[in-house]
Amino acid sequence: MKATSHLQRPNRSLQVYAAVFLVVLYLPVLLIPLFAFNDSIYVRFPLRGFTTQWFVELWNRQPAWNAFWNSIRVGLTVAVISTVLGIVAAKAITRYRMPGRTALVTFIMMPLVIPGIIFGVALLVLLSRMGVPLSLYTVTLGHLIVCLPFAVATLLPRFEGFDRSMEEASADLGENGWWTFWRVTFPMVFPGVVASLLLTFTISFDEFIMAFFLTGTDPTLPIYIWSQLRFPQQFPSILALASLVLFFSIPLIFIAIWVGRLGVSQSSEGTAES
Amino acid sequence: MPEALDRMTRFSPTHPPPGEMPRIKTGRIATLLHRNETLRGYLLMSPTLAIMTIGIIIPFIILLVLSFWTRQGFEFDTTLTLTNYRRVASEPIFGALLARSLWISGVATITTVALCYPMAYFVAFHVRRNKMMWLILITLPFWTSYLLRVFAWKVILGYEGVINSALISLGWIEAPLEFLLYSREAVIITLAHAWAAFAILPLYVSLEKIDKSLLEAATDLGDGPVARFFRVTLPLSMPGVIAACFLIFIPTTGDYITPALLGGPDGMMIGNFIQVQFGPVNNWPMGATLSIVLMLWICAIALVFLFVTRKAQERIA
Repeated sequence: MKATSHLQRPNRSLQVYAAVFLVVLYLPVLLIPLFAFNDSIYVRFPLRGFTTQWFVELWNRQPAWNAFWNSIRVGLTVAVISTVLGIVAAKAITRYRMPGRTALVTFIMMPLVIPGIIFGVALLVLLSRMGVPLSLYTVTLGHLIVCLPFAVATLLPRFEGFDRSMEEASADLGENGWWTFWRVTFPMVFPGVVASLLLTFTISFDEFIMAFFLTGTDPTLPIYIWSQLRFPQQFPSILALASLVLFFSIPLIFIAIWVGRLGVSQSSEGTAES
Repeated sequence: MPEALDRMTRFSPTHPPPGEMPRIKTGRIATLLHRNETLRGYLLMSPTLAIMTIGIIIPFIILLVLSFWTRQGFEFDTTLTLTNYRRVASEPIFGALLARSLWISGVATITTVALCYPMAYFVAFHVRRNKMMWLILITLPFWTSYLLRVFAWKVILGYEGVINSALISLGWIEAPLEFLLYSREAVIITLAHAWAAFAILPLYVSLEKIDKSLLEAATDLGDGPVARFFRVTLPLSMPGVIAACFLIFIPTTGDYITPALLGGPDGMMIGNFIQVQFGPVNNWPMGATLSIVLMLWICAIALVFLFVTRKAQERIA
Protein backbone atom coordinates (compact mmCIF):
# COMPACT_ATOMS: atom_id res chain seq x y z
CA MET A 1 0.00 0.00 0.00
CA LYS A 2 2.83 2.30 0.91
CA ALA A 3 4.58 1.51 -2.35
CA THR A 4 1.41 2.29 -4.30
CA SER A 5 1.03 5.69 -2.72
CA HIS A 6 4.68 6.32 -3.46
CA LEU A 7 4.05 5.49 -7.11
CA GLN A 8 1.00 7.71 -7.27
CA ARG A 9 2.63 10.73 -5.70
CA PRO A 10 1.32 13.78 -7.57
CA ASN A 11 3.69 14.82 -10.31
CA ARG A 12 3.65 18.60 -10.68
CA SER A 13 5.14 18.76 -14.17
CA LEU A 14 2.73 16.13 -15.48
CA GLN A 15 -0.19 18.10 -14.06
CA VAL A 16 1.00 21.26 -15.81
CA TYR A 17 1.44 19.29 -19.03
CA ALA A 18 -2.10 17.91 -18.79
CA ALA A 19 -3.54 21.39 -18.23
CA VAL A 20 -1.63 22.86 -21.20
CA PHE A 21 -2.67 19.87 -23.33
CA LEU A 22 -6.35 20.49 -22.64
CA VAL A 23 -6.05 24.23 -23.33
CA VAL A 24 -4.31 23.62 -26.67
CA LEU A 25 -6.89 20.94 -27.52
CA TYR A 26 -9.81 23.31 -27.05
CA LEU A 27 -8.35 26.67 -28.03
CA PRO A 28 -8.80 26.39 -31.83
CA VAL A 29 -12.41 25.34 -31.45
CA LEU A 30 -13.11 28.20 -29.02
CA LEU A 31 -11.64 30.79 -31.37
CA ILE A 32 -14.46 30.16 -33.85
CA PRO A 33 -17.26 31.60 -31.68
CA LEU A 34 -14.93 34.38 -30.50
CA PHE A 35 -14.52 35.73 -34.02
CA ALA A 36 -18.13 34.98 -34.96
CA PHE A 37 -19.16 37.76 -32.55
CA ASN A 38 -16.37 40.11 -33.65
CA ASP A 39 -17.48 43.28 -35.43
CA SER A 40 -15.08 43.01 -38.37
CA ILE A 41 -15.05 41.24 -41.69
CA TYR A 42 -11.40 40.28 -41.09
CA VAL A 43 -10.55 37.42 -38.79
CA ARG A 44 -7.71 39.05 -36.89
CA PHE A 45 -6.64 40.73 -33.68
CA PRO A 46 -7.31 43.19 -32.15
CA LEU A 47 -11.00 42.44 -31.69
CA ARG A 48 -13.26 45.29 -32.83
CA GLY A 49 -16.31 44.88 -30.63
CA PHE A 50 -19.37 42.72 -30.12
CA THR A 51 -21.92 42.14 -32.86
CA THR A 52 -24.59 39.64 -33.79
CA GLN A 53 -24.89 40.85 -37.38
CA TRP A 54 -23.20 37.73 -38.81
CA PHE A 55 -25.83 35.54 -37.20
CA VAL A 56 -28.60 37.77 -38.56
CA GLU A 57 -27.07 37.56 -42.02
CA LEU A 58 -26.84 33.79 -41.70
CA TRP A 59 -30.48 33.55 -40.59
CA ASN A 60 -31.60 35.26 -43.80
CA ARG A 61 -29.59 33.04 -46.09
CA GLN A 62 -31.76 30.47 -47.84
CA PRO A 63 -28.99 28.17 -49.24
CA ALA A 64 -27.59 27.69 -45.73
CA TRP A 65 -31.03 26.64 -44.48
CA ASN A 66 -31.45 24.20 -47.37
CA ALA A 67 -28.07 22.64 -46.67
CA PHE A 68 -28.96 22.45 -42.98
CA TRP A 69 -32.22 20.57 -43.62
CA ASN A 70 -30.46 18.26 -46.09
CA SER A 71 -27.93 17.35 -43.43
CA ILE A 72 -30.66 16.79 -40.84
CA ARG A 73 -32.57 14.48 -43.17
CA VAL A 74 -29.49 12.48 -44.15
CA GLY A 75 -28.29 12.39 -40.53
CA LEU A 76 -31.59 11.06 -39.14
CA THR A 77 -31.88 8.40 -41.86
CA VAL A 78 -28.29 7.29 -41.39
CA ALA A 79 -28.63 7.24 -37.59
CA VAL A 80 -31.73 5.03 -37.62
CA ILE A 81 -30.55 2.61 -40.33
CA SER A 82 -27.00 2.20 -39.04
CA THR A 83 -28.20 1.71 -35.46
CA VAL A 84 -30.71 -0.96 -36.51
CA LEU A 85 -28.04 -2.70 -38.60
CA GLY A 86 -25.63 -2.32 -35.68
CA ILE A 87 -28.09 -3.96 -33.26
CA VAL A 88 -28.67 -6.86 -35.64
CA ALA A 89 -24.94 -7.32 -36.24
CA ALA A 90 -24.01 -7.05 -32.55
CA LYS A 91 -26.70 -9.58 -31.60
CA ALA A 92 -25.56 -12.02 -34.26
CA ILE A 93 -21.91 -11.64 -33.33
CA THR A 94 -22.43 -12.13 -29.60
CA ARG A 95 -25.27 -14.67 -29.53
CA TYR A 96 -24.45 -17.23 -32.18
CA ARG A 97 -21.50 -19.48 -32.64
CA MET A 98 -20.34 -18.00 -35.92
CA PRO A 99 -17.23 -19.20 -37.69
CA GLY A 100 -15.20 -16.28 -39.00
CA ARG A 101 -16.40 -13.92 -36.26
CA THR A 102 -13.11 -12.06 -35.95
CA ALA A 103 -12.85 -11.64 -39.71
CA LEU A 104 -16.40 -10.28 -39.78
CA VAL A 105 -15.76 -7.72 -37.05
CA THR A 106 -12.52 -6.63 -38.74
CA PHE A 107 -14.40 -6.24 -42.02
CA ILE A 108 -17.08 -4.06 -40.42
CA MET A 109 -14.45 -1.92 -38.65
CA MET A 110 -12.43 -1.36 -41.84
CA PRO A 111 -13.89 2.06 -42.72
CA LEU A 112 -12.60 3.32 -39.35
CA VAL A 113 -8.99 3.21 -40.53
CA ILE A 114 -8.94 3.18 -44.32
CA PRO A 115 -8.72 6.72 -45.75
CA GLY A 116 -12.23 7.98 -46.44
CA ILE A 117 -11.25 9.29 -49.85
CA ILE A 118 -10.75 5.72 -51.12
CA PHE A 119 -14.27 4.69 -50.09
CA GLY A 120 -15.58 7.91 -51.58
CA VAL A 121 -14.05 7.41 -55.02
CA ALA A 122 -14.81 3.67 -55.02
CA LEU A 123 -18.51 4.32 -54.38
CA LEU A 124 -18.51 7.14 -56.92
CA VAL A 125 -17.13 4.80 -59.59
CA LEU A 126 -19.69 2.10 -58.76
CA LEU A 127 -22.64 4.51 -58.83
CA SER A 128 -21.59 6.13 -62.08
CA ARG A 129 -21.07 2.74 -63.77
CA MET A 130 -24.56 1.75 -62.66
CA GLY A 131 -25.90 5.06 -63.93
CA VAL A 132 -27.26 6.11 -60.53
CA PRO A 133 -27.48 9.92 -60.39
CA LEU A 134 -25.78 11.52 -57.39
CA SER A 135 -28.24 12.77 -54.80
CA LEU A 136 -28.85 12.82 -51.07
CA TYR A 137 -29.57 9.07 -51.32
CA THR A 138 -26.05 8.34 -52.52
CA VAL A 139 -24.68 10.52 -49.70
CA THR A 140 -26.79 8.49 -47.28
CA LEU A 141 -25.30 5.24 -48.60
CA GLY A 142 -21.79 6.64 -48.21
CA HIS A 143 -22.51 7.80 -44.67
CA LEU A 144 -23.91 4.38 -43.76
CA ILE A 145 -20.53 2.84 -44.57
CA VAL A 146 -18.78 5.43 -42.40
CA CYS A 147 -21.23 5.19 -39.49
CA LEU A 148 -21.76 1.42 -39.25
CA PRO A 149 -18.41 0.73 -37.53
CA PHE A 150 -19.23 3.33 -34.89
CA ALA A 151 -22.70 1.85 -34.32
CA VAL A 152 -21.29 -1.68 -33.97
CA ALA A 153 -18.42 -0.49 -31.75
CA THR A 154 -20.90 1.27 -29.45
CA LEU A 155 -23.37 -1.61 -29.32
CA LEU A 156 -21.02 -4.62 -29.13
CA PRO A 157 -19.84 -4.01 -25.54
CA ARG A 158 -23.51 -3.72 -24.56
CA PHE A 159 -24.41 -7.12 -25.94
CA GLU A 160 -21.25 -8.64 -24.50
CA GLY A 161 -21.84 -6.95 -21.16
CA PHE A 162 -24.91 -8.78 -19.96
CA ASP A 163 -25.61 -12.31 -18.91
CA ARG A 164 -27.01 -14.55 -21.61
CA SER A 165 -28.91 -16.57 -19.03
CA MET A 166 -31.36 -13.67 -18.71
CA GLU A 167 -32.53 -14.27 -22.25
CA GLU A 168 -32.69 -17.99 -21.55
CA ALA A 169 -34.72 -17.32 -18.41
CA SER A 170 -37.18 -15.35 -20.49
CA ALA A 171 -37.41 -18.22 -22.96
CA ASP A 172 -37.95 -20.66 -20.06
CA LEU A 173 -40.78 -18.49 -18.80
CA GLY A 174 -42.54 -18.88 -22.12
CA GLU A 175 -41.64 -15.81 -24.18
CA ASN A 176 -40.82 -16.31 -27.82
CA GLY A 177 -37.69 -14.88 -29.42
CA TRP A 178 -39.35 -11.68 -30.61
CA TRP A 179 -40.78 -10.74 -27.20
CA THR A 180 -37.64 -11.84 -25.41
CA PHE A 181 -35.78 -9.34 -27.55
CA TRP A 182 -38.20 -6.48 -26.82
CA ARG A 183 -38.74 -7.18 -23.13
CA VAL A 184 -35.28 -8.35 -22.02
CA THR A 185 -32.57 -7.64 -24.56
CA PHE A 186 -33.68 -4.24 -25.82
CA PRO A 187 -34.09 -2.58 -22.38
CA MET A 188 -30.66 -3.87 -21.40
CA VAL A 189 -28.93 -2.49 -24.49
CA PHE A 190 -31.04 0.68 -24.62
CA PRO A 191 -28.29 3.09 -23.46
CA GLY A 192 -26.08 1.73 -26.22
CA VAL A 193 -28.87 2.33 -28.73
CA VAL A 194 -29.24 5.95 -27.61
CA ALA A 195 -25.49 6.48 -27.74
CA SER A 196 -25.30 4.91 -31.19
CA LEU A 197 -28.15 7.06 -32.55
CA LEU A 198 -26.57 10.28 -31.26
CA LEU A 199 -23.06 9.39 -32.41
CA THR A 200 -24.00 8.26 -35.89
CA PHE A 201 -26.23 11.30 -36.37
CA THR A 202 -23.42 13.67 -35.43
CA ILE A 203 -20.85 11.84 -37.56
CA SER A 204 -23.14 11.96 -40.58
CA PHE A 205 -24.03 15.60 -39.90
CA ASP A 206 -20.33 16.55 -39.87
CA GLU A 207 -19.05 14.15 -42.53
CA PHE A 208 -17.27 15.81 -45.42
CA ILE A 209 -15.19 13.58 -47.68
CA MET A 210 -17.87 11.00 -48.66
CA ALA A 211 -20.38 13.77 -49.25
CA PHE A 212 -17.77 15.67 -51.26
CA PHE A 213 -17.67 12.87 -53.84
CA LEU A 214 -21.27 11.68 -53.63
CA THR A 215 -23.32 14.91 -53.42
CA GLY A 216 -25.45 15.84 -56.39
CA THR A 217 -27.09 19.25 -56.67
CA ASP A 218 -28.34 19.30 -53.04
CA PRO A 219 -25.38 20.04 -50.76
CA THR A 220 -25.11 18.92 -47.15
CA LEU A 221 -24.02 21.49 -44.58
CA PRO A 222 -20.27 20.69 -44.60
CA ILE A 223 -20.28 20.82 -48.41
CA TYR A 224 -22.03 24.19 -48.27
CA ILE A 225 -19.46 25.48 -45.78
CA TRP A 226 -16.66 24.20 -48.03
CA SER A 227 -18.10 25.98 -51.05
CA GLN A 228 -18.23 29.26 -49.11
CA LEU A 229 -14.63 29.07 -47.84
CA ARG A 230 -13.42 30.39 -51.20
CA PHE A 231 -14.97 33.80 -50.54
CA PRO A 232 -13.14 35.77 -47.83
CA GLN A 233 -16.10 38.13 -47.39
CA GLN A 234 -18.22 35.15 -46.31
CA PHE A 235 -15.80 34.21 -43.53
CA PRO A 236 -17.66 35.87 -40.64
CA SER A 237 -21.02 34.30 -41.42
CA ILE A 238 -19.36 30.91 -41.93
CA LEU A 239 -17.76 31.38 -38.50
CA ALA A 240 -21.24 32.07 -37.13
CA LEU A 241 -22.55 28.92 -38.79
CA ALA A 242 -19.58 26.92 -37.50
CA SER A 243 -20.15 28.13 -33.93
CA LEU A 244 -23.80 27.11 -34.11
CA VAL A 245 -22.84 23.64 -35.34
CA LEU A 246 -20.30 23.28 -32.53
CA PHE A 247 -22.72 24.68 -29.94
CA PHE A 248 -25.28 22.01 -30.74
CA SER A 249 -23.04 19.06 -31.53
CA ILE A 250 -20.82 19.21 -28.42
CA PRO A 251 -23.67 18.60 -25.92
CA LEU A 252 -25.09 15.88 -28.20
CA ILE A 253 -21.76 14.05 -28.28
CA PHE A 254 -21.24 14.56 -24.57
CA ILE A 255 -24.57 12.90 -23.81
CA ALA A 256 -23.83 10.11 -26.29
CA ILE A 257 -20.46 9.22 -24.79
CA TRP A 258 -21.74 9.61 -21.25
CA VAL A 259 -24.78 7.38 -21.77
CA GLY A 260 -22.76 4.90 -23.82
CA ARG A 261 -19.94 4.52 -21.29
CA LEU A 262 -21.95 4.79 -18.09
CA GLY A 263 -23.74 1.48 -18.46
CA VAL A 264 -20.77 -0.39 -19.82
CA SER A 265 -18.51 0.49 -16.92
CA GLN A 266 -21.30 -0.41 -14.49
CA SER A 267 -21.97 -3.79 -16.02
CA SER A 268 -18.29 -4.64 -16.30
CA GLU A 269 -17.91 -3.76 -12.62
CA GLY A 270 -20.87 -6.03 -11.98
CA THR A 271 -19.19 -8.96 -13.65
CA ALA A 272 -15.93 -8.18 -11.89
CA GLU A 273 -17.66 -8.36 -8.50
CA SER A 274 -19.52 -11.59 -9.13
CA MET B 1 -30.61 -3.40 -11.79
CA PRO B 2 -28.22 -5.70 -13.69
CA GLU B 3 -27.00 -7.20 -10.43
CA ALA B 4 -30.55 -7.87 -9.27
CA LEU B 5 -31.39 -9.69 -12.47
CA ASP B 6 -28.10 -11.51 -12.27
CA ARG B 7 -28.94 -12.76 -8.79
CA MET B 8 -32.43 -13.79 -9.86
CA THR B 9 -31.13 -15.89 -12.68
CA ARG B 10 -28.46 -17.45 -10.51
CA PHE B 11 -31.07 -18.83 -8.08
CA SER B 12 -33.35 -20.08 -10.84
CA PRO B 13 -33.23 -23.83 -11.56
CA THR B 14 -30.71 -24.96 -14.11
CA HIS B 15 -31.67 -24.23 -17.67
CA PRO B 16 -32.47 -27.01 -20.05
CA PRO B 17 -29.93 -27.40 -22.85
CA PRO B 18 -30.82 -25.31 -25.92
CA GLY B 19 -31.99 -28.31 -27.91
CA GLU B 20 -34.80 -29.04 -25.47
CA MET B 21 -36.11 -25.49 -25.31
CA PRO B 22 -39.85 -25.28 -25.93
CA ARG B 23 -40.51 -24.32 -29.49
CA ILE B 24 -43.35 -24.16 -31.92
CA LYS B 25 -43.15 -26.61 -34.77
CA THR B 26 -43.32 -24.69 -38.03
CA GLY B 27 -42.06 -26.64 -40.95
CA ARG B 28 -38.67 -27.73 -42.11
CA ILE B 29 -36.87 -24.43 -42.70
CA ALA B 30 -37.74 -23.19 -39.23
CA THR B 31 -36.42 -26.41 -37.71
CA LEU B 32 -33.25 -26.16 -39.74
CA LEU B 33 -32.79 -22.57 -38.65
CA HIS B 34 -33.42 -23.50 -35.04
CA ARG B 35 -30.86 -26.27 -35.14
CA ASN B 36 -28.16 -24.43 -37.05
CA GLU B 37 -26.78 -21.56 -35.01
CA THR B 38 -24.32 -20.44 -37.67
CA LEU B 39 -27.06 -20.13 -40.24
CA ARG B 40 -29.23 -18.11 -37.87
CA GLY B 41 -26.31 -15.86 -37.02
CA TYR B 42 -25.52 -15.12 -40.64
CA LEU B 43 -29.19 -14.64 -41.47
CA LEU B 44 -29.46 -12.04 -38.73
CA MET B 45 -26.27 -10.45 -39.98
CA SER B 46 -27.31 -10.47 -43.64
CA PRO B 47 -28.73 -6.91 -43.95
CA THR B 48 -25.55 -5.47 -42.45
CA LEU B 49 -23.36 -7.63 -44.65
CA ALA B 50 -25.41 -6.70 -47.71
CA ILE B 51 -24.85 -2.98 -47.09
CA MET B 52 -21.15 -3.56 -46.48
CA THR B 53 -20.90 -5.59 -49.69
CA ILE B 54 -22.65 -2.92 -51.75
CA GLY B 55 -20.67 -0.15 -50.09
CA ILE B 56 -17.21 -1.70 -49.85
CA ILE B 57 -16.52 -4.96 -51.69
CA ILE B 58 -18.22 -4.25 -55.02
CA PRO B 59 -16.89 -0.67 -55.26
CA PHE B 60 -13.38 -1.95 -54.50
CA ILE B 61 -13.54 -4.56 -57.23
CA ILE B 62 -14.76 -1.96 -59.73
CA LEU B 63 -12.07 0.48 -58.61
CA LEU B 64 -9.46 -2.22 -59.15
CA VAL B 65 -10.80 -3.00 -62.63
CA LEU B 66 -10.99 0.70 -63.50
CA SER B 67 -7.34 1.13 -62.56
CA PHE B 68 -6.39 -1.17 -65.47
CA TRP B 69 -8.44 0.84 -67.95
CA THR B 70 -7.35 4.04 -69.67
CA ARG B 71 -9.06 7.27 -70.58
CA GLN B 72 -10.20 7.72 -74.17
CA GLY B 73 -11.47 11.29 -74.55
CA PHE B 74 -14.62 11.36 -72.45
CA GLU B 75 -14.98 7.59 -72.41
CA PHE B 76 -12.93 4.71 -71.01
CA ASP B 77 -10.85 2.32 -73.07
CA THR B 78 -11.80 -0.95 -71.41
CA THR B 79 -8.87 -3.06 -72.58
CA LEU B 80 -6.89 -4.10 -69.54
CA THR B 81 -3.41 -2.56 -69.52
CA LEU B 82 -0.75 -1.61 -67.02
CA THR B 83 -0.32 1.85 -68.61
CA ASN B 84 -1.45 3.78 -65.52
CA TYR B 85 0.74 1.76 -63.19
CA ARG B 86 3.70 2.26 -65.51
CA ARG B 87 3.11 6.00 -65.50
CA VAL B 88 2.93 6.04 -61.69
CA ALA B 89 6.19 4.10 -61.52
CA SER B 90 8.06 6.12 -64.14
CA GLU B 91 6.93 9.75 -63.76
CA PRO B 92 8.76 11.29 -60.80
CA ILE B 93 5.83 13.51 -59.71
CA PHE B 94 3.80 10.52 -58.51
CA GLY B 95 6.67 9.04 -56.52
CA ALA B 96 7.47 12.42 -54.99
CA LEU B 97 3.84 12.99 -54.04
CA LEU B 98 3.51 9.55 -52.48
CA ALA B 99 6.77 9.92 -50.59
CA ARG B 100 5.67 13.34 -49.32
CA SER B 101 2.27 12.03 -48.18
CA LEU B 102 3.83 9.13 -46.32
CA TRP B 103 6.48 11.41 -44.82
CA ILE B 104 3.96 14.03 -43.66
CA SER B 105 1.66 11.50 -42.02
CA GLY B 106 4.64 9.64 -40.59
CA VAL B 107 5.93 12.78 -38.87
CA ALA B 108 2.38 13.70 -37.80
CA THR B 109 1.94 10.21 -36.32
CA ILE B 110 5.16 10.31 -34.32
CA THR B 111 4.42 13.83 -33.10
CA THR B 112 0.89 12.92 -32.03
CA VAL B 113 1.87 9.74 -30.20
CA ALA B 114 4.81 11.46 -28.47
CA LEU B 115 2.65 14.38 -27.32
CA CYS B 116 -0.28 12.19 -26.26
CA TYR B 117 1.72 9.62 -24.31
CA PRO B 118 2.31 11.83 -21.24
CA MET B 119 -1.37 12.80 -21.23
CA ALA B 120 -2.52 9.17 -21.38
CA TYR B 121 0.05 8.34 -18.68
CA PHE B 122 -1.31 11.13 -16.51
CA VAL B 123 -4.91 9.93 -16.79
CA ALA B 124 -3.95 6.27 -16.29
CA PHE B 125 -1.69 6.73 -13.25
CA HIS B 126 -2.37 10.09 -11.65
CA VAL B 127 -6.09 10.70 -12.03
CA ARG B 128 -8.01 8.77 -9.43
CA ARG B 129 -11.45 10.33 -9.48
CA ASN B 130 -13.55 11.08 -12.57
CA LYS B 131 -11.29 9.23 -14.97
CA MET B 132 -14.22 8.92 -17.34
CA MET B 133 -14.77 12.68 -17.18
CA TRP B 134 -11.15 13.22 -18.24
CA LEU B 135 -11.42 10.77 -21.08
CA ILE B 136 -14.62 12.37 -22.35
CA LEU B 137 -13.03 15.82 -22.09
CA ILE B 138 -10.04 14.66 -24.17
CA THR B 139 -12.04 12.83 -26.83
CA LEU B 140 -14.91 15.33 -27.13
CA PRO B 141 -13.28 17.67 -29.70
CA PHE B 142 -12.52 14.66 -31.88
CA TRP B 143 -16.23 14.07 -32.48
CA THR B 144 -16.89 17.60 -33.65
CA SER B 145 -16.67 18.43 -37.33
CA TYR B 146 -13.25 17.67 -38.79
CA LEU B 147 -13.77 20.34 -41.43
CA LEU B 148 -14.41 23.00 -38.78
CA ARG B 149 -11.39 22.02 -36.70
CA VAL B 150 -9.14 22.27 -39.75
CA PHE B 151 -10.83 25.53 -40.66
CA ALA B 152 -10.05 26.81 -37.15
CA TRP B 153 -6.34 26.17 -37.79
CA LYS B 154 -6.58 28.13 -41.02
CA VAL B 155 -7.97 31.02 -38.97
CA ILE B 156 -5.09 30.66 -36.51
CA LEU B 157 -2.20 30.23 -38.95
CA GLY B 158 -3.48 32.43 -41.80
CA TYR B 159 -1.61 35.33 -43.39
CA GLU B 160 -3.81 37.73 -41.47
CA GLY B 161 -4.68 35.08 -38.95
CA VAL B 162 -4.71 34.94 -35.17
CA ILE B 163 -0.98 34.37 -34.62
CA ASN B 164 0.26 36.89 -37.17
CA SER B 165 -2.17 39.64 -36.19
CA ALA B 166 -1.53 39.06 -32.49
CA LEU B 167 2.25 39.25 -32.98
CA ILE B 168 1.90 42.42 -35.10
CA SER B 169 -0.39 44.17 -32.63
CA LEU B 170 2.06 43.28 -29.87
CA GLY B 171 4.77 44.87 -31.99
CA TRP B 172 6.95 41.76 -32.02
CA ILE B 173 7.01 41.42 -35.80
CA GLU B 174 6.38 43.94 -38.57
CA ALA B 175 5.22 41.81 -41.47
CA PRO B 176 3.15 38.60 -41.23
CA LEU B 177 5.12 35.37 -41.04
CA GLU B 178 4.41 33.66 -44.33
CA PHE B 179 5.65 30.20 -43.51
CA LEU B 180 2.84 29.57 -41.03
CA LEU B 181 0.16 28.85 -43.63
CA TYR B 182 0.54 26.73 -46.77
CA SER B 183 3.43 24.58 -45.60
CA ARG B 184 4.06 21.00 -44.59
CA GLU B 185 4.50 22.15 -41.00
CA ALA B 186 1.00 23.63 -41.00
CA VAL B 187 -0.39 20.30 -42.23
CA ILE B 188 1.57 18.35 -39.60
CA ILE B 189 0.46 20.62 -36.73
CA THR B 190 -3.16 20.41 -37.79
CA LEU B 191 -3.10 16.64 -38.27
CA ALA B 192 -1.44 16.12 -34.89
CA HIS B 193 -4.07 18.26 -33.22
CA ALA B 194 -7.01 16.71 -35.04
CA TRP B 195 -6.06 13.07 -34.42
CA ALA B 196 -5.01 13.35 -30.77
CA ALA B 197 -8.01 11.38 -29.49
CA PHE B 198 -7.15 8.44 -31.75
CA ALA B 199 -3.79 8.23 -29.97
CA ILE B 200 -4.98 8.86 -26.41
CA LEU B 201 -7.51 6.03 -26.24
CA PRO B 202 -5.29 3.04 -27.17
CA LEU B 203 -2.40 4.48 -25.13
CA TYR B 204 -4.65 4.90 -22.12
CA VAL B 205 -6.08 1.38 -22.41
CA SER B 206 -2.64 -0.24 -22.57
CA LEU B 207 -1.27 1.86 -19.68
CA GLU B 208 -4.34 1.19 -17.55
CA LYS B 209 -3.90 -2.58 -18.04
CA ILE B 210 -0.37 -2.62 -16.58
CA ASP B 211 -0.23 -4.58 -13.36
CA LYS B 212 0.74 -2.02 -10.72
CA SER B 213 2.53 -4.66 -8.65
CA LEU B 214 5.16 -4.92 -11.41
CA LEU B 215 5.95 -1.25 -10.87
CA GLU B 216 6.19 -1.82 -7.14
CA ALA B 217 8.50 -4.78 -7.77
CA ALA B 218 10.74 -2.64 -9.96
CA THR B 219 10.89 0.01 -7.22
CA ASP B 220 11.63 -2.58 -4.55
CA LEU B 221 14.44 -4.00 -6.65
CA GLY B 222 16.07 -0.61 -6.80
CA ASP B 223 14.89 1.06 -10.01
CA GLY B 224 14.46 4.79 -9.89
CA PRO B 225 11.42 6.40 -11.57
CA VAL B 226 13.23 6.92 -14.90
CA ALA B 227 14.67 3.39 -15.10
CA ARG B 228 11.31 2.00 -14.03
CA PHE B 229 9.56 3.87 -16.81
CA PHE B 230 11.94 2.71 -19.54
CA ARG B 231 12.28 -0.86 -18.29
CA VAL B 232 8.72 -1.63 -17.21
CA THR B 233 6.07 0.92 -18.17
CA LEU B 234 7.14 1.75 -21.71
CA PRO B 235 7.72 -1.85 -22.91
CA LEU B 236 4.42 -2.97 -21.40
CA SER B 237 2.54 -0.13 -23.09
CA MET B 238 4.02 -0.89 -26.53
CA PRO B 239 0.81 -2.55 -27.84
CA GLY B 240 -0.98 0.75 -27.23
CA VAL B 241 1.79 2.72 -28.94
CA ILE B 242 1.66 0.44 -31.98
CA ALA B 243 -2.14 0.61 -32.17
CA ALA B 244 -2.02 4.41 -31.89
CA CYS B 245 0.54 4.62 -34.71
CA PHE B 246 -1.65 2.53 -37.01
CA LEU B 247 -4.83 4.39 -36.16
CA ILE B 248 -3.26 7.72 -37.08
CA PHE B 249 -0.86 6.85 -39.88
CA ILE B 250 -3.27 4.91 -42.10
CA PRO B 251 -6.16 7.40 -42.30
CA THR B 252 -3.96 10.50 -42.46
CA THR B 253 -1.99 9.35 -45.53
CA GLY B 254 -5.13 9.79 -47.61
CA ASP B 255 -6.32 12.97 -45.93
CA TYR B 256 -7.87 15.54 -48.21
CA ILE B 257 -9.20 18.49 -46.18
CA THR B 258 -6.08 19.44 -44.22
CA PRO B 259 -3.62 19.66 -47.14
CA ALA B 260 -6.30 21.31 -49.29
CA LEU B 261 -6.94 24.08 -46.74
CA LEU B 262 -3.49 24.46 -45.20
CA GLY B 263 -0.94 22.72 -47.39
CA GLY B 264 -0.57 25.02 -50.36
CA PRO B 265 1.37 23.67 -53.36
CA ASP B 266 4.22 22.54 -51.11
CA GLY B 267 2.01 20.58 -48.73
CA MET B 268 -0.24 18.90 -51.28
CA MET B 269 -0.76 15.20 -50.61
CA ILE B 270 -1.82 12.16 -52.60
CA GLY B 271 -5.45 12.56 -51.50
CA ASN B 272 -5.64 15.93 -53.23
CA PHE B 273 -4.15 14.47 -56.37
CA ILE B 274 -6.69 11.64 -56.38
CA GLN B 275 -9.48 14.19 -56.06
CA VAL B 276 -8.02 16.22 -58.95
CA GLN B 277 -8.07 13.11 -61.15
CA PHE B 278 -11.73 12.53 -60.39
CA GLY B 279 -12.56 16.24 -60.65
CA PRO B 280 -10.87 18.83 -62.89
CA VAL B 281 -8.48 16.51 -64.79
CA ASN B 282 -11.25 13.96 -65.30
CA ASN B 283 -8.92 10.96 -65.61
CA TRP B 284 -10.81 8.47 -63.49
CA PRO B 285 -8.66 5.42 -64.32
CA MET B 286 -5.59 7.32 -63.13
CA GLY B 287 -7.39 8.29 -59.92
CA ALA B 288 -8.32 4.65 -59.38
CA THR B 289 -4.72 3.57 -59.96
CA LEU B 290 -3.45 6.12 -57.45
CA SER B 291 -6.00 4.91 -54.87
CA ILE B 292 -4.90 1.30 -55.34
CA VAL B 293 -1.21 2.27 -55.16
CA LEU B 294 -1.87 4.22 -51.95
CA MET B 295 -3.64 1.20 -50.44
CA LEU B 296 -0.75 -1.07 -51.40
CA TRP B 297 1.78 1.30 -49.84
CA ILE B 298 -0.23 1.52 -46.64
CA CYS B 299 -0.45 -2.29 -46.45
CA ALA B 300 3.27 -2.69 -47.14
CA ILE B 301 4.31 -0.16 -44.51
CA ALA B 302 1.89 -1.63 -41.97
CA LEU B 303 3.27 -5.13 -42.56
CA VAL B 304 6.91 -4.00 -42.26
CA PHE B 305 6.06 -2.04 -39.11
CA LEU B 306 4.29 -5.04 -37.58
CA PHE B 307 7.16 -7.35 -38.49
CA VAL B 308 9.81 -5.04 -37.00
CA THR B 309 7.91 -4.46 -33.76
CA ARG B 310 7.23 -8.18 -33.37
CA LYS B 311 10.93 -8.95 -33.83
CA ALA B 312 11.83 -6.24 -31.35
CA GLN B 313 9.36 -7.60 -28.81
CA GLU B 314 10.70 -11.12 -29.25
CA ARG B 315 14.19 -9.83 -28.54
CA ILE B 316 13.02 -8.08 -25.36
CA ALA B 317 11.14 -11.17 -24.22
